Amino acid sequence: MVVNSVHWFRKGLRLHDNPALQEALNGAETVRCVYILDPWFAGSANVGVNRWRFLLESLEDLDTSLRKLNSRLFVVRGQPTDVFPRLFKEWNVTRLTFEYDSEPYGKERDAAIIKMAQEYGVETAVRNTHTLYNPDRIIEMNNHSPPLTFKRFQAIVNRLELPRKPLPTISQEQMARCQTKISENHDERYGVPSLEELGFKTHGDSSHVWKGGETEALERLNKHLDRKAWVANFERPRITAQSLFASPTGLSPYLRFGCLSCRVFYYNLWELYMKLRRSSSPPLSLFGQLLWREFFYTAGTNNPNFDHMEGNPICVQIPWDHNPEALAKWAEGRTGFPWIDAIMTQLRQEGWIHHLARHAVACFLTRGDLWISWESGMKVFEELLLDADWSVNAGSWMWLSCSAFFQQFFHCYCPVGFGRRTDPSGDYIRRYIPKLKDYPNRYIYEPWNAPESVQKAANCIVGVDYPKPMINHAESSRLNIERMKQVYQQLSHYRGLSLLASVPTIQEEAEPPMSDDSQASSSTAGQASTPTSSPHQPTPAPSTSPNSEPFTPNSSPTAAFPGAHSQRKRGRPSGPPKPTEFKSQAHQPSQRI
Amino acid sequence: MKRGQKGGDDGEEDGSVSGPEFWKRLRRSDSEDEDEAVDWRQLPEEILLQIFQYLPLLDRAFASQVCRGWNQTFHTPELWRCFEFELNQPASSYLKATHPDLIKQIIQRHSNHLQYVSFKVDSSTESAEAACDILSQLVNCSLKTLGLISTARPSFMELPKSHFISALTVVFVNSKSLSSLKIDDTPVDDPSLKVLVANNSETLKLLKMSSCPHVSPAGILCVADQCHGLRELALNYHLLSDELLLALSSERHVHLEHLRIDVVSENPGQQFHSIKKSSWDAMVRHSPKFNLVMYFFLYEDEFGPFFRDEVPVTHLYFGRSVSKDVLGRVGLTCPRLVELVVCANGLRPLDEELIRIAERCRQLSAIGLGECEVSCSAFVEFVKMCGVRLTQLSIMEEVLVPDSTYGPDDIHWEVSKHLGRVWFPDMMPTW
Repeated sequence: MVVNSVHWFRKGLRLHDNPALQEALNGAETVRCVYILDPWFAGSANVGVNRWRFLLESLEDLDTSLRKLNSRLFVVRGQPTDVFPRLFKEWNVTRLTFEYDSEPYGKERDAAIIKMAQEYGVETAVRNTHTLYNPDRIIEMNNHSPPLTFKRFQAIVNRLELPRKPLPTISQEQMARCQTKISENHDERYGVPSLEELGFKTHGDSSHVWKGGETEALERLNKHLDRKAWVANFERPRITAQSLFASPTGLSPYLRFGCLSCRVFYYNLWELYMKLRRSSSPPLSLFGQLLWREFFYTAGTNNPNFDHMEGNPICVQIPWDHNPEALAKWAEGRTGFPWIDAIMTQLRQEGWIHHLARHAVACFLTRGDLWISWESGMKVFEELLLDADWSVNAGSWMWLSCSAFFQQFFHCYCPVGFGRRTDPSGDYIRRYIPKLKDYPNRYIYEPWNAPESVQKAANCIVGVDYPKPMINHAESSRLNIERMKQVYQQLSHYRGLSLLASVPTIQEEAEPPMSDDSQASSSTAGQASTPTSSPHQPTPAPSTSPNSEPFTPNSSPTAAFPGAHSQRKRGRPSGPPKPTEFKSQAHQPSQRI
Repeated sequence: MKRGQKGGDDGEEDGSVSGPEFWKRLRRSDSEDEDEAVDWRQLPEEILLQIFQYLPLLDRAFASQVCRGWNQTFHTPELWRCFEFELNQPASSYLKATHPDLIKQIIQRHSNHLQYVSFKVDSSTESAEAACDILSQLVNCSLKTLGLISTARPSFMELPKSHFISALTVVFVNSKSLSSLKIDDTPVDDPSLKVLVANNSETLKLLKMSSCPHVSPAGILCVADQCHGLRELALNYHLLSDELLLALSSERHVHLEHLRIDVVSENPGQQFHSIKKSSWDAMVRHSPKFNLVMYFFLYEDEFGPFFRDEVPVTHLYFGRSVSKDVLGRVGLTCPRLVELVVCANGLRPLDEELIRIAERCRQLSAIGLGECEVSCSAFVEFVKMCGVRLTQLSIMEEVLVPDSTYGPDDIHWEVSKHLGRVWFPDMMPTW
């Protein structure tokens, strides 16, 4: 039987460690590698120009590598459900392969495609290589629910078998046994589109920091390992001013797009550690970055509402403010706080910011200062951040806004102090907000406090050349701590698990007022610690180790109010011009990359 | 529920052995009275009432449409003692609001049943106005509890002051038995507090009024002087005075249980008055078990008057960066300390300061450290000295600086050993 294979690239944009692609080649007469893309919707998808560029460069890189193997990449315009029937017929496809996508949207899409393939008599082969472990296995080992603390997650991973070893890259010999028929007008029909074709105006700026593609990824991996070897230190480096700038050995966007296999990274780290330390096995902390990624993929795989507050069983329902104007100022780096603005500027210009910078701006937007929903911040990151994908982005935002996984809301980052402690020299600010470059270190993090003479000398008057601070941080943080406390005190299960939330108060004489919603747990909310006992008695804190799972906040069903969904608005910051406004459709944007 | 709705279908003689009819007949033949099949209309009212009390409001409202009897029960005064009005605008909040028709109904039929009422408003002025609107209609009410809660920006502050005051005064004058009042972040003022006191001095037990800028120390002193049953009070530092503490410690006054004080800086370099040690001593003598909760939102150099003399604080929160020096003074002056939370300090290790706190604050059971630095050895020493009384220990991973004795991977074992339970520092994703 003649086997005609199609390998479908979505993430996993690489030829190394690609078992699904290997499966496509296995005994096949012809093989074609496709990527499906719909330029019509490129503008309305929540994807910024840097992310598109990274993707297109990755596709170009694949195409170049495939050319060396006498093949090409086929970029097919359209939607998978429309494209595949056509291709199945045209190319007489008998086998379809792709890398497993653990995200709920991906699983749904893939289930539909697999069913359709069956109807066309096409066999499918799916391989799990975007993550180190199989998320379902981890869930199984945790009593059929995803671990909600990182320590618990690590404990389970410790008991698992090691991740499967990576496969080598596709070889000439393998490809030689298969053929790819390339037509004359391949570039026209199936070539990698340009940014212009997708509707972006590029002003010929080719100097960008993060170059997409497998080739670049592998080069960076080598540099990354070289640097670790040179430093001979595997501990998490303490942040320095230099860490804030994009590193030539940074790997996160490449892992996100799959230009670099996470297993290759994992085993390279392992080998290097063994070589240098000559010890039996590396500690889990060596793989910190990779494991965080795994944690969020596992947490999100069975939760289609993972990226919302409403209807998300693990997310605390917090009465965030709806304020599009404030959101826009944050998204566009016009808050008047240089530390925040510099970070958001770097993010918009380059597509990557250090994880501590992410903590700073996420805290500022949500529970720290602006009290705006984490979903809004998540969407801005989705647009601008190269390494953001559905699970990791949503999960991180929930974590940083104390909506899930993490409840010590007193950990707040000051938009002035935190920046100053991280980079006392102020060089980071000067680089990304050139208007402030002549400010002395003393005032560069809080230019509004500089005397007029200093502002004039620096040729930048606050309120004229640079915005005034949009809020009073002390006042906002005071209010927000109070709000978080209110939310947490009402969640009776939380009692004792969170500092500040358990500060005593006298018991009301009757049950506290019943509200519209059915939070049955609110009937116990009034029961604070008994007041007449000694104040020195700590509030009844169960000695919960972080290893034990926290309660799930919505264990009592929230009333599904008719019309509740329609009330939910999705604000969108006015970023760089896009052809259409972001659609308020809940789950399936028309294009996901 | 389907079966009980109509009593009609049980008259059939059904020969089948299985099926619902069979069991109905069986039960009927066992029971002594000759009533027909289960008729939900005959459920005793007390039981129905109890069931209704468990139901969320929306479900209860649906249930009230079933029949006249259930509708009557729905309107029993007991079900309307407590209510939380949620006032949100779609433009400013993601949360739903209490339906306006329901609000109308409550005011018309149940306002004199209401006793425990709270208003939750979002950041829009319309929501605050709506709350005031409702308040001014609560004329036949005798409230015991009233809470005005801003869930986002304090929108009550954006109302014209007189509008707010007149609405609030309606409640003060009509209720006469207010026991609990939460009016933080509102434009309440001295005259309205006088009205409160004139009508509710015998019953007032709890008053929370943090960040009410129109109240003066004299205004709050009036409350303390007249309301001798006051057990809990929350206010800002600028309202705190020696006279107030003495009034709260007078013989006629009950034991105070909780006092919360917010110390907030309006402008950098603000000067704060100090409270005499003798006033605090009087408080402690009068109410030996009271909790003193203090929240500090100051710049580092504004701590001058604080922590010079002994102060009976039990729960202490530093919301901004606080200097090493001040934390050192905390150890010396806060023997009653139970909970300490430090948002940020700086990049010099707090080793000595923490150890002193472990030594001197023997009631300390909860501590949280944010952006600070402590060497691992000093931290282990701290935990050893506190031992199992530390039930809450929330330290960010970055706080602990590895040294020659302990690395980052093994410190949690040592700490767990001394705490008597498994402990790990807090983490943030490093992705």
